[in-house]
Amino acid sequence: MESKTIDFERGWDHVYKGIKQLRRILEGLPEPLFTSGEYVMLYSTVYNMCARNPPHNYSQQLYDKYREVLEEYITSTLSPSLRGKRDEFLLRELVKIWVNHKVMVRWLSRFFNYLDRYFVDYRSLPALNEVGMTCFTDLVYREVQTNIKDAAIVLIGKEREGDRIDCSLLKNVLDIFVAVGMGSMERYEDDFEADMLRDTGAYYSRKASSWIEEDSCPEYMLKCEECLKKERDRVFHYLRSSSEVKLIEKVQHELLVTYIDRLLEKEHSGCRALLRDDKADDLSRMYRLYCKIPRGLDPVADIFKQHVTAEGTALVQAIGAASNAPGVQEHVLLRKIIELHCKYMAYVTDCFQNHNLFCNALKDAFKVFCNNTGTDSSSAELLATFCDDILKKGGSEKLSDEAIEETLENAVKLLAYINDRDLFAEFYRKKLARRLLFDRSANDDHERSVLSKLKQQCGEQFTSKMEGMVTDITLSRENHAAFEDYLRSNSAAHPGIDLTVTILTTGFWPSYKPCNLNLPTEMIKCVEVFKGFYETKTKHKKLTWIYSLGTCNLSGMFDQKTIELVVSTHQAAVLMLFNTSDRLSYSEIMDQLNSTHEDLVRLLHSLSCAKYKILSKQPDTKTISRSDYFEFNSKFTNKLRRIKIPLPPVDEKKKIVEDVDKDRRYAIDAAIVRVMKTRKVLGYQQLVSECVEQLSQTFKPDIKAIKKQIEDLITREFLERDEENPNTFKYLA
Amino acid sequence: MPPRASKRKSVPPNSSTVTSSDGRSVSNKAKTKGMEKIDRLFNTYANSSLGMIDPEGIEALCADLGVDYTDVRILMLAWKLKSEKQGYFTREEWQTGLKALGVDSLSKLKKALPELEKEVEKPSNYEDFYTYAFRYCLTEEKQKSVDIESICELLNLVLGVQFRPQVDSLVEYLKIQNDYKVINADQWINFLRFCKEISFPDLRNYDANQAWPLILDNFVEWMREKQS
Repeated sequence: MESKTIDFERGWDHVYKGIKQLRRILEGLPEPLFTSGEYVMLYSTVYNMCARNPPHNYSQQLYDKYREVLEEYITSTLSPSLRGKRDEFLLRELVKIWVNHKVMVRWLSRFFNYLDRYFVDYRSLPALNEVGMTCFTDLVYREVQTNIKDAAIVLIGKEREGDRIDCSLLKNVLDIFVAVGMGSMERYEDDFEADMLRDTGAYYSRKASSWIEEDSCPEYMLKCEECLKKERDRVFHYLRSSSEVKLIEKVQHELLVTYIDRLLEKEHSGCRALLRDDKADDLSRMYRLYCKIPRGLDPVADIFKQHVTAEGTALVQAIGAASNAPGVQEHVLLRKIIELHCKYMAYVTDCFQNHNLFCNALKDAFKVFCNNTGTDSSSAELLATFCDDILKKGGSEKLSDEAIEETLENAVKLLAYINDRDLFAEFYRKKLARRLLFDRSANDDHERSVLSKLKQQCGEQFTSKMEGMVTDITLSRENHAAFEDYLRSNSAAHPGIDLTVTILTTGFWPSYKPCNLNLPTEMIKCVEVFKGFYETKTKHKKLTWIYSLGTCNLSGMFDQKTIELVVSTHQAAVLMLFNTSDRLSYSEIMDQLNSTHEDLVRLLHSLSCAKYKILSKQPDTKTISRSDYFEFNSKFTNKLRRIKIPLPPVDEKKKIVEDVDKDRRYAIDAAIVRVMKTRKVLGYQQLVSECVEQLSQTFKPDIKAIKKQIEDLITREFLERDEENPNTFKYLA
Repeated sequence: MPPRASKRKSVPPNSSTVTSSDGRSVSNKAKTKGMEKIDRLFNTYANSSLGMIDPEGIEALCADLGVDYTDVRILMLAWKLKSEKQGYFTREEWQTGLKALGVDSLSKLKKALPELEKEVEKPSNYEDFYTYAFRYCLTEEKQKSVDIESICELLNLVLGVQFRPQVDSLVEYLKIQNDYKVINADQWINFLRFCKEISFPDLRNYDANQAWPLILDNFVEWMREKQS
């Protein structure tokens, strides 16, 4: 490179020639492109004019010239071509001159490149391409920006109406908006996007207001889905990706948010109707549309909850009103509730993607009607009876193992919705005891499976007693083997009757009334023998005999034939009295037996007024009175050789409820103490809510009951009310 | 030298060093003289074998004061005396109390009663008196609660003047309800709070979700049912 000083005029002359050549090229005139030699010359000229020491350093002048050239080019060539043009023509022209401008700037910058390398930085001036951009912005952009924005928006509007538009044109125009921002999106956003969004909003607002009148909910939702898709495509094709979020939000707002209530509440096609008519697809669409909108799903979940609650409540009422035999009715009720649960669980999983809101809505709905059965029995009892029916012999022989497992699984799931879980546990335990003791359990595996499901659902404490019961039965069997050995080795001790004793661990089993029945001597001997055996095993445990749970096989020597009678121990005790007496009055039986009136009436009824009349009663009425007389009915016969004489059980419902209430009082008491011991000082409402929380696994405590226990604890001096603030309590250590 | 003080009344200042023939200081003597009158009054009503005023004595006192045995002013007197056992005044209680009242004769005591009433009604004292009234009824050792019948009477006595309508309704309710046979101290203090804080009879600002005793929740429920 020649390193000589150049005179400004001369140097500029040379450069200017190059510029003119460039302009001719840009105009499309037949002008050859620059050769690299020519380019080097131009570059060098500039270099020579700048890389000098003053006064031969013409950097500033050249910098100014650069700008001048560009401005001149724009005002003389570019801008005029825009004037008078409108709409799409304006856009096209703009893109064209933009391209030209870019080329001009690129080449000029190449020529003047040396300025960029040192002078620009040295003087902290804008770089050459920036200068180029600024010129364009000031001289072209500012004049036409409003018109091009409007024209662009019009095009978009046309596309929305279904016309085909030139997407790449639009994209190029928008590129200009971005470029003019020179690194920031401000121009794009302020000069185009803002109005575009506003226009979009207005457009969809208009559409929505007519669609909402004419269309059904599913139709409207389909349109929404389509619109959203189209807008996303728009972003992909020509809008900037930064617009997507704002655009979608705007569309969603106009279409979905503004009209959410009217849409969901549409009479024949709204959310309720869709649920009623099982329109899973539409509901899925509804979920998809609203899940991205903040709080958009809340009303949907609400309607879902209301719907399920209504269905459930109607179900309960319908079955309550039907006047079938009570046992059947309740079984049907639970089956139907389980069906309902499965149905709507499917909705939650499939349509609503297991979203929390809907899981909770389902739960809340079920909690409402699962606790009001509309019958005398609580839902806890019904559920326990339902399980009992399936698990006992003769209960579900027609069902396959899988079907039984599935039903039991669903039944246990329902337990989560029932408030009185502890009540269920009591009823279940009572029925389990009967199944185990009277050998009425159909299948051991099912029994164990239910217990493990319950354990999973409600925790170990819930099932620990029940598991203990099952273990007791197993142990008793082993024990029995040992007892038989004992009898074999002590033949003198043998009572002469086959005896099986089941030993129950007191804490596990429901509490039974002890009885002081006078047993016949034969049985007394049995008891004594077993006691002797048991004492060889352990001296530490006390045996309490519950004869009411025992069964006895008697041989009834009737005139026609001997029939084996399977009766309860109590019934046996009554019958054996007639071995020594032909005729006994009620009071005589009462004295000899030492029973209660309540029990005795039941016993005698089962033997003399029920299906099998083992005893004949005088007078031969349907009920037992205290003046009746009884005789052994030798004339009795039956085609079977062995009959079971049922003794209807006492209704323990009241007692069970009482027991549970008592347990609850203790539980509440313990919970309050636990909470206060930790917190020391606590406000009333917080104390209540923490107690409810602690007890929630087992039951839903009554607020009044909690209040009562707090008062009790105040009297017992565990707690005191704070003097300053009567709503706060303090723990007294 | 300050002028000679009259015999029984004020004691000359700095007189503690002046002693009399029997060795007791003059101030003590003057005190003793004043106490003597109080003591004598005490003896008038006291049961000599017990060494304190017993219910009979109190009855006599009441008669002399022209006040009914069941009058609230006697309760107030007991409060002022800080009497511990219902129906009995010890010598010390009597002495301290009458001294605090600034009286040493029956007529002065009688005149002091209206003042005593005013003193009790002062908000700073009222709650203390109210709580005292309950404690006074705990006659047995380790007794923590008072039976409904007595509570009703006590409510009438203590709150009847200031909160007549509340007391009437509350007493009516207490008599017909079955949940509680006795009332404890916590419930008692809350009766007063109820009267003071809750708008009556509309019960507008009563919130069962707060820590009001259950008996008051039930009372409010009963009242609201009656009113509808």
